[in-house]
Amino acid sequence: MSGLAGLIVKRLGLGLLTLLIISIIIFIAMEALPGDTAQQILGQAATEENLAALREELGLNQPLPVRYLAWLTDALRGDFGISVANQREVAEQLGPRFGNTLFLAAFAAIIAVPLAITLGVLAALFRNSIYDRVSNALALVSISSPEFFLGYILVLFFAVQNQFFPPIASVTPGMDFWARVEMTFLPALTMSLVVMAYMMRMTRAAIINLLASPYIEMARLKGVPQRRVITRHALPNALAPIINVVALNLAYLITGVVLVEVVFVYPGVGQLLVDSVSKQDGPVVQACCLIFAATFILFNLIADVGSIVTNPRLRHPK
Amino acid sequence: MASEKSVLLTIKDLRIEGYSDEQWIEIVHGVDLTLHRGEVMGLIGESGAGKSTIGLAAMGFTRDGCRISGGSVNFDGIDLTTATRGEKRALRGSRIAYVAQSAAASFNPAHKLFDQHSESARLHRTENWKDSREDAIELYRQLRLPNPDEIGFRYPHQVSGGQLQRAMTAMAMSCRPDLIIFDEPTTALDVTTQIEVLAAIRDIVEQFNTAALYITHDLAVVAQMADRIKVLLKGDEVEEAETVKMLSDPQEDYTKSLWAVRSFERDEKPRPPEGTTPLVSVKGVHASYGPVKVLHDVSFDIHKGRTVAVVGESGSGKSTTARVITGLLPPSEGHVEFLGTPLPRAYKDRTKDQLRQAQMIYQMADTALNPKKSIGEIIGRPAQFYGGLRGADLKKRVDQLLDQIELEPSLYYHRLPSELSGGQKQRVGIARALAAEPTFIICDEVTSALDQLVAEGILRLLDKLQKELDLAYMFITHDLATVRSIADEVVVMKEGKVVEAGGKTEMFTPPHHEYTDLLLSSVPEMDPDWLDKLLKERGGITNLGEAASSQI
Repeated sequence: MSGLAGLIVKRLGLGLLTLLIISIIIFIAMEALPGDTAQQILGQAATEENLAALREELGLNQPLPVRYLAWLTDALRGDFGISVANQREVAEQLGPRFGNTLFLAAFAAIIAVPLAITLGVLAALFRNSIYDRVSNALALVSISSPEFFLGYILVLFFAVQNQFFPPIASVTPGMDFWARVEMTFLPALTMSLVVMAYMMRMTRAAIINLLASPYIEMARLKGVPQRRVITRHALPNALAPIINVVALNLAYLITGVVLVEVVFVYPGVGQLLVDSVSKQDGPVVQACCLIFAATFILFNLIADVGSIVTNPRLRHPK
Repeated sequence: MASEKSVLLTIKDLRIEGYSDEQWIEIVHGVDLTLHRGEVMGLIGESGAGKSTIGLAAMGFTRDGCRISGGSVNFDGIDLTTATRGEKRALRGSRIAYVAQSAAASFNPAHKLFDQHSESARLHRTENWKDSREDAIELYRQLRLPNPDEIGFRYPHQVSGGQLQRAMTAMAMSCRPDLIIFDEPTTALDVTTQIEVLAAIRDIVEQFNTAALYITHDLAVVAQMADRIKVLLKGDEVEEAETVKMLSDPQEDYTKSLWAVRSFERDEKPRPPEGTTPLVSVKGVHASYGPVKVLHDVSFDIHKGRTVAVVGESGSGKSTTARVITGLLPPSEGHVEFLGTPLPRAYKDRTKDQLRQAQMIYQMADTALNPKKSIGEIIGRPAQFYGGLRGADLKKRVDQLLDQIELEPSLYYHRLPSELSGGQKQRVGIARALAAEPTFIICDEVTSALDQLVAEGILRLLDKLQKELDLAYMFITHDLATVRSIADEVVVMKEGKVVEAGGKTEMFTPPHHEYTDLLLSSVPEMDPDWLDKLLKERGGITNLGEAASSQI
């Protein structure tokens, strides 16, 4: 297993390097925006002297690399600076929101992943049947519809015409778990619908791809029933591509939530990001972007490692 | 002897269609077949003869894109063309079993051998784990697999090819079927390994009195295995007879032509005078893939206008040597000389003229030709790159090359590789190598993917070109019949070392190096008693191929 451990360490190292490069890009992008933090803070009250004094105080007069390094070392210690908009610690503001986003993503994943894989296996099993065609068509529809549109449709049917679930998911800290589940059901469903289609179609494709393999023919010639051919002979060998698409979609559940959070007024990182961008709140935007980037890299890493681990040649070396 | 037993399988007027270009085309045109209990029938023919298709139809199975369009397949009173899915499934694995060509591809990589072995038994006979496992161990023992108690716990990739093929035969035996379809079970194996598998299959089929359809293109193999032989050509039966009679007295011209293939042979050319500088000289080459050393002190010379055959089993380092010569794999020690001048180790450091001298022809013409380019472009590319030809000159050169490989330029210039047969593709591969105007060509198993008649055509072409252009060939092969027909000198490799080298006549006359002897004696011969004689000579079954080879 030392080979595998080495591999993970190597990938992790590469991931950190990627994250570093992304942090530079984020930092430079924020710099490129018109105006600076001092102007944002002072707003209307800005005079030349005030601005100069505040810039001196905030260290904005120092060269870019110096400020980047200062920001980076602070960020590494978990200190993302102070929000321009409300003067609160960014980390303190971001923490609970990131928790909310994770909760929503986990909720959506719990619905989407098992359902998508089951439906994908069934579609492969009943290939070219009515079920396969209908599920394929529905999958295409849900992939093609933007998530805010799906969200509003769901709100229309399940919150407005029938009052099953609340239309707005404005959870508050300390809320009861089940109340929270009820409140976030519609956004979670919206996000499930968006990611499910990818996972389902990939599961189906990965399995069908294997059906022409000699070992599948061999299983059939041993008199193995079709259902068992799929679940026992094809599925274990199709795991690598399935794990890949699942991991990337899980990453999307966290990083792609912006629109859904806005539609349902959900207090997550996406919503915070949108608000902060419109307020030009540099430190918060930087922190949000960095968290999204880290999530994406982490899930990519998990996908890589997962597909390697499911390969029996690597799990059981000669 | 077969006629005394009851009939097990009757195929009558079997017609099978394949779907291509949006229409159904008949590929098996009414074949009859009768197989008795305990009888082994050999189905032989070239690719496209319909052997495998008929073999699978005997299980009531057709591959995707094929269908049985007429006739009947009667297995012990059940018509498999009309049987329901459930009825057929109950027979498969239980009363009719299948052994595929490539065991490595036909075992599921995700499960242990035991689990795959006992699947049929547990599905069809509701056997419990323990019984089926004990039975597997017993069968492994009978098939002389090493460590029969333990081997079943391994995954397919942890077991060698020859062992996997035997494990698959054991798997087919797990329900003690009445009939086993063997579909080219030893084609992918080395000769020394093949013997063990052949002997094991023959023993176990005899022991359980199992009937078998043995599908192969290798006449010598079928001669060892079958009681009767049926010859097929393009979906039609040519003739059928008992093995001995078929070998000694074939009736049809086609069968005779198959039998005659191995007659192409050319004498060894006189050796160049002492002290001639060799065209290519491999000097003390060591090479490795990462930490794995694959070549140990390999040295040999290739002279102008001569053919050096490099033989050995898979993994012996033949192709790696070719990669070192062409500079694809820089050696860790030693070097390659061209006309006495050392070549740079890596191809990147070689001049265009040095690169031009050595060209390659590959085993799989299918994958070695760009499917999107026309034949004219494929052949024209090296002529343009090395010769700097353009426009009309280039066209003229390509036409000339097509003439040389005996393909009519006006017909083939604009075709794509997919519109050519296997033999024609290989000819295009040859033309592409010639286009660079080399003095030396490496032929890597160029005939092993081809049918015997087509392969012979390629060998004759290569021989003709050698005479015309004074080319030197390095001929990589594991097939000793090919060596006999075309080589001047032979280099025998084993585990990355040269174990013997010399002129062809000398190599094929005893006494040999032990390993050469093992290789030579392992090549099946047409004599139906060959395997028995060999077993006797080698002191029985325990000392056949892999075992004998590891002792040397």
